[in-house]
Amino acid sequence: MSAALQMPPAAPLMKLTDLSVTFQTRDRTVHAVNGVNMELAEGEVLCILGESGSGKSVTLRALMRLLPKFAKVTGGIEVAGQNVLAMNDRRMADFRGGEVAMIFQEPMTALDPVFTVGRQIAEVVQRHEGASRATAMARALELLELVQIPSAKRRLDAYPHELSGGLRQRAMIAVALACRPKLLLADEPTTALDATVQIQVLLLLRELQQRLGMGVIFVTHDLGVAGEIADRVAVMYAGRVVEEGPVGPFMAGPLHPYPQGLLNSTVHGNMRGKVLTTIPGAPPSLSSVPTSCSFSPRCALAEPACEAGVPAMVEAGGGRRGRCIKITAG
Amino acid sequence: MEPNQDRGGPAQPLLALRGLTKHFPIKGGLFGTTVATVRAVDGVSFDVLKGETLGIVGESGCGKSTTARLLVQLLGLDAGTMVFDGEAVGEPRASGLALRDYRRQVQMVFQDSYASLNPRLPIEDSIAFAPKVHGLSESEANERARELLAAVGLAPAQFARRYPHELSGGQRQRVNIARALALQPRLVILDEPVSALDKSVEAQVLNLLVDLKQKFNLTFVFISHDLNVVQFISDRVLVMYLGEVVEIGPVDAIYDRPAHPYTRALLASRPSMDPAFRRTVPPLVGDPPNPVNPPSGCRFRTRCGFAEDVCAAKKPVAADLGDGHLAACHMATPGSGHSKAGAIMEVAI
Repeated sequence: MSAALQMPPAAPLMKLTDLSVTFQTRDRTVHAVNGVNMELAEGEVLCILGESGSGKSVTLRALMRLLPKFAKVTGGIEVAGQNVLAMNDRRMADFRGGEVAMIFQEPMTALDPVFTVGRQIAEVVQRHEGASRATAMARALELLELVQIPSAKRRLDAYPHELSGGLRQRAMIAVALACRPKLLLADEPTTALDATVQIQVLLLLRELQQRLGMGVIFVTHDLGVAGEIADRVAVMYAGRVVEEGPVGPFMAGPLHPYPQGLLNSTVHGNMRGKVLTTIPGAPPSLSSVPTSCSFSPRCALAEPACEAGVPAMVEAGGGRRGRCIKITAG
Repeated sequence: MEPNQDRGGPAQPLLALRGLTKHFPIKGGLFGTTVATVRAVDGVSFDVLKGETLGIVGESGCGKSTTARLLVQLLGLDAGTMVFDGEAVGEPRASGLALRDYRRQVQMVFQDSYASLNPRLPIEDSIAFAPKVHGLSESEANERARELLAAVGLAPAQFARRYPHELSGGQRQRVNIARALALQPRLVILDEPVSALDKSVEAQVLNLLVDLKQKFNLTFVFISHDLNVVQFISDRVLVMYLGEVVEIGPVDAIYDRPAHPYTRALLASRPSMDPAFRRTVPPLVGDPPNPVNPPSGCRFRTRCGFAEDVCAAKKPVAADLGDGHLAACHMATPGSGHSKAGAIMEVAI
């Protein structure tokens, strides 16, 4: 929270300018991301919140150019002052795993099943830092200890299937951190884990983030996870950011009707016997770029003015902003 | 098809389970011999009371889904007995309740809404399928399917002839619920029914389940790993760990006065939405152990902060804490040999 009160540093670690991603296939076109502007300061944790199809994972993947070839990406992506979209393949290969690393939801599919965990970490170090095999293995051991894997020395020679889900996720974090990235991208890394393991991994990520001073972009659909780890939250809906701001005030009361509905429909605390507030309807199909507020068909506060065009981002003060005509500028 | 009727009166448990056991052999070696056994469900006993919602919580591998499959007899029991409203399940008709009759009264909703529907049948036909098998005519069965579609909030005129792939996840789960109700069951087993849904849709389906329970006089067994959802919907809660029941009791007792260290850890592991109340220390370290070789004595002792010698030596018995609240922990049993036995545990959640 304190990060939000400080003046933003001159050059953000990550900056998205009017990012749009369109998937074009023979049958149909999907406008997954429609003009996202986002910034991340160094050492900051930003949670992108949203439901399935909101474009949160696509935004994250665009940052590392991991989208398939038929995805059309426009706008600006800048990480540590470099234009990511202009990088050639060779530069891109250095960039991925070097300056930016990513952890995924399913460690079993993200890790290679035929190499030991130690080899997979050492490979990153050898590739990016040109270290010898022995040096790289020594570094792999350090990393396994860093992510608090018990009996790390023995686990170096373990294959991914020999580890439990929580340890596998820790091993994947170790691979991602191998070259001390400035920016860590996390795509729902705790969603597949059990409750008692999820909290361990969240606390580990928070500790590592603070110790290594990384910027982290954390994609999740879970408000609780955002509450545990985020400095700042950005809520996406139908490919746009509808609200953004420091996590504390956001959780206390969102500005935009969509996150308000999301917060109300999330079961938390003792809500027994109450009828849960729901958001009626379903998100739009995104076969064309929404030309008005894309939430208005489901919004209880909608009025004709909402159909007039895409609402502009309104600065509400305190670093908070939202895309709704009802938000008063502050 | 006659409607399912109450037999034993309101005080008799709808389903009484004693010593439920299911072990899965792991085949291996040169001759495909059994090299190990997964003790998925190991001597589980509990009652499902009439008209209640019993929540079952636990982590992956604790046996909650296997328990669900045993309850609907998708898996056969290795040991144990099931008594449904006074009748032993799986006996010949003369002495008990035949499986076919049992299944008319007990239905299930699965987590994966797409995999559990036949992709080649319009949803109306999927719902009407079981009533036809159980003797309803084509037109009667279709009429019931349409009534049920309306009851779960899908307008029949618009949705009845659609195929599963033409529906969203939330709509498909509504169809699964309608199908589970098609035989007018008395007990519905819901195995993670909302886990795959987005939050706003989850709330819709939870509201629907509460409505339907009232409307059709149902009893629910609701299995989930989401403790907030279980607290919302359950009257009583059962906590499982490595194939065993560690605690069971009224929902408020479990959430306000959890007696088993595992229940306390589970509750404390819930992420806090308020950043002012962030966790600093994880309540538990490590993952749940493998159910192939569960620890001796108390199965939770390897992750428990209070474990002593007695926990390895002796399996805890369920201690009665009053009001139907039972916990299988040596600390809850006075005179068990544990140094903290009988002491009132401070609740730190």
